[in-house]
Amino acid sequence: MLAQILQQLPQQLVNGLVLGSTYALFALGFTLMFGVLGVINLTYGFYFTTGAFLALYGTKMLAMPIWLALPAAAIVTGLLAIVLDTILLTPLRRKKAPELSSLMVTLGGTLLLYSSMTGIFGTEIRRLPPAIISHAAITFGSVRINLSQILIVVTTVLIVGGLLAVVRFTRFGLSMRSMAENGEAAELMGVNTDAVVRLVSFISGALGATAGVLIGLNFNAIQPYMGEAMMLKGFAVIIIGGLGDIKGALIAGVVIGVLEALTAGFISSELKDAVAFILLIATLWFRPVGLFGRAPVKRA
Amino acid sequence: MSAFLDNFMFSYQAVIFAVGINGLLALSMYAVLAVGQLSLGQAAFMGIGAYVSALLTINLDWPFPAVLLAAMLVPALLALLIGGPTLRLTGVYLALATIAIVEILRIFLNASSYTGGALGLSGIPNKTTVALIYGSLAVVLAGFVLVARSRLGRAMEAVREDEIAAGVMGVNLPAIKLGALIVSAMIAGLAGALNAHANSFIGPNDYSFEHAVTIISFALLGGIGSPFGPVLGAAILTLLPEFLTSLQDFKLVVNGFIIVVAVLYMPRGLLTWRIGRVGR
Repeated sequence: MLAQILQQLPQQLVNGLVLGSTYALFALGFTLMFGVLGVINLTYGFYFTTGAFLALYGTKMLAMPIWLALPAAAIVTGLLAIVLDTILLTPLRRKKAPELSSLMVTLGGTLLLYSSMTGIFGTEIRRLPPAIISHAAITFGSVRINLSQILIVVTTVLIVGGLLAVVRFTRFGLSMRSMAENGEAAELMGVNTDAVVRLVSFISGALGATAGVLIGLNFNAIQPYMGEAMMLKGFAVIIIGGLGDIKGALIAGVVIGVLEALTAGFISSELKDAVAFILLIATLWFRPVGLFGRAPVKRA
Repeated sequence: MSAFLDNFMFSYQAVIFAVGINGLLALSMYAVLAVGQLSLGQAAFMGIGAYVSALLTINLDWPFPAVLLAAMLVPALLALLIGGPTLRLTGVYLALATIAIVEILRIFLNASSYTGGALGLSGIPNKTTVALIYGSLAVVLAGFVLVARSRLGRAMEAVREDEIAAGVMGVNLPAIKLGALIVSAMIAGLAGALNAHANSFIGPNDYSFEHAVTIISFALLGGIGSPFGPVLGAAILTLLPEFLTSLQDFKLVVNGFIIVVAVLYMPRGLLTWRIGRVGR
């Protein structure tokens, strides 16, 4: 029994790492939006779906290769994110409405978007053309991994690194950090907050879409509601990692992915999806500011 | 006349039940929104009430009043566990934690053979009557009106409008928010139990995220200035698809649209009338 577990362990860890990378990649844009713009934007899950559908359209109808379809989907979705932010959230920002209003309006928005999309495309599962990426397994000892899985892990590492560098070392990053700290003060100091809002929306939309394309590629099952299941996992990741915390989201994503893979492998595949939510509740009980968070100060 | 009434009841019983039960659910949402919080867990509280009541009736044959009481107490206990830690944080945390509850419940109900798994429970005896549903609705509504006119009602309004100011004025914030969440869970549990004993079948997918969002749309459409608003909103959104059958397929699109418009352009909802105050 023990020998068998030890033998399967490396493979399950790798599966968990891949799964966790997708969670982290997805959660990045989400947590960025919360950190800088101070909103829980539930339409984020829709960007994930949109990215996957756009890649599907690009590869099937326009016969694009995946290395072209992926950035194209990310850019188009990023633009869509700017539009949705302008329609749904800018009026609330102008009114200085409370945080929960933004949560509610995007809640209505997502319901509207998903159900319209289901009305148009149906709920059937669509697949990317099989020739788009090699699904042949590459073996390292007893561990098997395929090209799309490697692509997921590498993309996540590159994007997290890039994002952290932008936030830390560029002028735009400085604007973002100042807005995260205090939006009004940032504006008074000459930060063009509208431009930062648009750029952050664009980056978040593009990140959500990238995650959608990569996951669509790995699991090869695309349907309108795929973003909603991911969204719910995304909540768990960003709360466990600490709202607005990029590094936290990365670590929480990977931890959840690994624990899910271990649960599915050794306990029960039915309970796999409960892991993230049970961790979420435990986090709220014992460490509500997230893994690395500091207690927030309430300001009048 | 009585024959006409019988005939009418026979044809429209399901809709009449649904309006009353959705009214109760809208009021359960009102309880939380009235203190400026957002719970996405109403569907879970309702589902727990439904499953607890159905299992007690089917397996243990408890008397119906005791079943209803249990269906209110179990969700209340869960509200206590969830609300305790999260209500001390900003409102976003309660909203996200309650979404987690909805998901955990769905996963658990689908996996557990005790609750019938994905097939759900069927053959629940029909014990719910129109009088019971509308009696409960009237009692809850009257309770909220009395609270709204009292000192407690004013404290709740203060918390909703400006939490920090209310706290500084001496309102016990954690107690008032937790109390509202627990009352809300009890009403939702009751609605779930009544619904289970009206429909004879319940399944795990009846208590999904979409359902939770639909309950919010009831309250936002009607407006939360008074407890009558959410009940009106529930009645409209339940009856509308019945009259406009072509709307059936777009029910969720309409609900989503209503939430967006309500939050952005009519934050007070349809019924802007507010309850007057009594005494100082």
